[in-house]
Amino acid sequence: MLAVAQLTCQRGARTLFSGLSFTLPEGQWIQIQGPNGAGKTTLLRVLAGLVQPREGTLTWQGQDVQECRAEWQRALLYLGHHAALKEELTPLENLRFSLGLEAFPVDEAALMEALHRFGLQEREHLPVRYLSAGQRRRVLLARLLIRPAQVWILDEPYTALDTHATQFLSTVIEDHLERGGSAILTSHQTLGLRPGMSIAL
Amino acid sequence: MSNSVINWYKYASPATFYPLAGRLIPWFSGLSVLLIAWGLWIGLFVAPTDAQQSEGYRIIFVHVPASWLSMFIYCVMAFWSALGLAFNTRLSGMLTAALAPTGALFAFLSLWTGALWGKPMWGAWWVWDARLTSQLILFFLYLGFIALQSAIDDPRRADRAGALLALVGVVNIPIIYFSVQWWNTLHQGASVSLTKAPSMAHIMLEGMLIMALGFWSYAIAVVLTRVRCIILERELTNEWVKRNAVD
Amino acid sequence: MRRDLVLATRHKSEWLTALFFFVMVTNLLPLGVGPEVSLLRKIAPGVLWIGALLSTLLGLQRLFSSDHGDGTLEQMALSPVPLAWLVAGKMVTHWLVCGLPVVLMAPLLGLQFDLPARSLGILVLSLLLGTPILSAVGALGAALTLGLRGGGALLSLLILPLYIPALIFGAGAVEADLSGISPQGHLSLLGALLVLSVFFSPWVTSLALRIALE
Repeated sequence: MLAVAQLTCQRGARTLFSGLSFTLPEGQWIQIQGPNGAGKTTLLRVLAGLVQPREGTLTWQGQDVQECRAEWQRALLYLGHHAALKEELTPLENLRFSLGLEAFPVDEAALMEALHRFGLQEREHLPVRYLSAGQRRRVLLARLLIRPAQVWILDEPYTALDTHATQFLSTVIEDHLERGGSAILTSHQTLGLRPGMSIAL
Repeated sequence: MSNSVINWYKYASPATFYPLAGRLIPWFSGLSVLLIAWGLWIGLFVAPTDAQQSEGYRIIFVHVPASWLSMFIYCVMAFWSALGLAFNTRLSGMLTAALAPTGALFAFLSLWTGALWGKPMWGAWWVWDARLTSQLILFFLYLGFIALQSAIDDPRRADRAGALLALVGVVNIPIIYFSVQWWNTLHQGASVSLTKAPSMAHIMLEGMLIMALGFWSYAIAVVLTRVRCIILERELTNEWVKRNAVD
Repeated sequence: MRRDLVLATRHKSEWLTALFFFVMVTNLLPLGVGPEVSLLRKIAPGVLWIGALLSTLLGLQRLFSSDHGDGTLEQMALSPVPLAWLVAGKMVTHWLVCGLPVVLMAPLLGLQFDLPARSLGILVLSLLLGTPILSAVGALGAALTLGLRGGGALLSLLILPLYIPALIFGAGAVEADLSGISPQGHLSLLGALLVLSVFFSPWVTSLALRIALE
């Protein structure tokens, strides 16, 4: 369970949000809403541990994240709104390297399957440069299927996806929640997911 | 124990530091004017004329204290940087940012007066002497710090990146000084050694110390003034600044 | 690190630029000061070292910027593998791509400056010890200036003063050998600098990256 208490964050001289508290139990998800520039991405980055909050604490399984950084990083999967893909590499290589970066064992068959399930058949060996925005997004999302994590932190995961892929992503998230995982995501779209909590910034 | 810790944190808050700095500034400004006047009087009128260098040598009463201060200020910057990184206090970053221009000014002053002194002494504006070269590098380090800070928009990142740079700089300064010294002894023919200055008269040392203290007070006064500006700039949205502005 | 190497091989122009820059700078100098052999031999160590120094600067700007731009850097910061390790890997890659070709090219350029064979050996040795220092210290500058306006010029301003000891001992070693003194003192000091910078730089650089990511 992830718990956030009295979180305050500043960007420059501007306070983005202050006194933010919530908990995220297992099997639940939170949608973060707000206009552009309200601090949605910053909040996700704070949760992921990329940004130190001005005030407030973050606890994971009852422990302060500052003290169990490694466990927290292993438990979470953060996908930012950059694609984090290398143009010169193929989708397969990109996935392989991103797993290698996190010292996770690489299972080639699982990588292929994940790409196929996201509808990237016959694109596995094409440099990412030749893929469309939606396809790149799907390569990134394929990590959800191969990198085990309890908490998913997703920044605008539905961007650039077509209807089919949107539905598929929703079922992937649904399955994850079913298995007792949890998710935090920012999105402007209505999602077709089970009802979740919502935070407005 | 806990009591004193709380006290320190109290002064580390910009809201308490701001009025404190305001009260201290007049004292240090007055002190610096007095000390510099006194030091200059010793330097220009009391100290005897040097047999070899005639009147030209009197510039060391500015040159030497300025060099001392420029090095000292860099160490102070590193000290505040370390505190800032360790305890995440906002004031430390502001102080470091306020110190840098004054340090650069003293480094520049030291280089400039060094050149003015060098011309009559060795007939050249610039000599690749170990100390002058090190001073030049120190000046570059200051410039780098200021440039880095001004290139970063987010004050928090500017403080922390600057602090890291200042610490790396302070670790490197001894290495740089040593290497320049080494380089200098290797190329003996090309340079004039400054290290064998004629034994210093007592009154000269006194004059230089007084000047150094005067520069020091000046630096404190200026830095405190600058820190007050930085505090106002950064805390504009805070309640206490608004109250203060109304007063 | 393997990923960076693969990327580098797919971006041949990058390391070729550094190498050609090195060759061009050192070849322009004789055109500027005249072809007198004794003078050229005298300035050769300094020229070759400054050439090496400037050409490593070229690759530094891109060291973290593409990973920063596409979000890979965030993933690196979140990885359970310590960031310092990943940074060390990137430094090694930078050295292999920008440093090593320069080291290998140096003897050829040394010949143009009429350096004797023994001094050529010392030159290669000093560059072999010195260029990793340049990569390690340079990475710190690259991390500090990541994503800033005018990053390139700022990077040089921050990093070049810190390069001075390496330059002095590196070029000094070759010079000492040329004038018949043993270069051992210079080389061991250079080695000490190498150990220090390789040991501390990845750690400090990873701190700088975390600051830059906020």
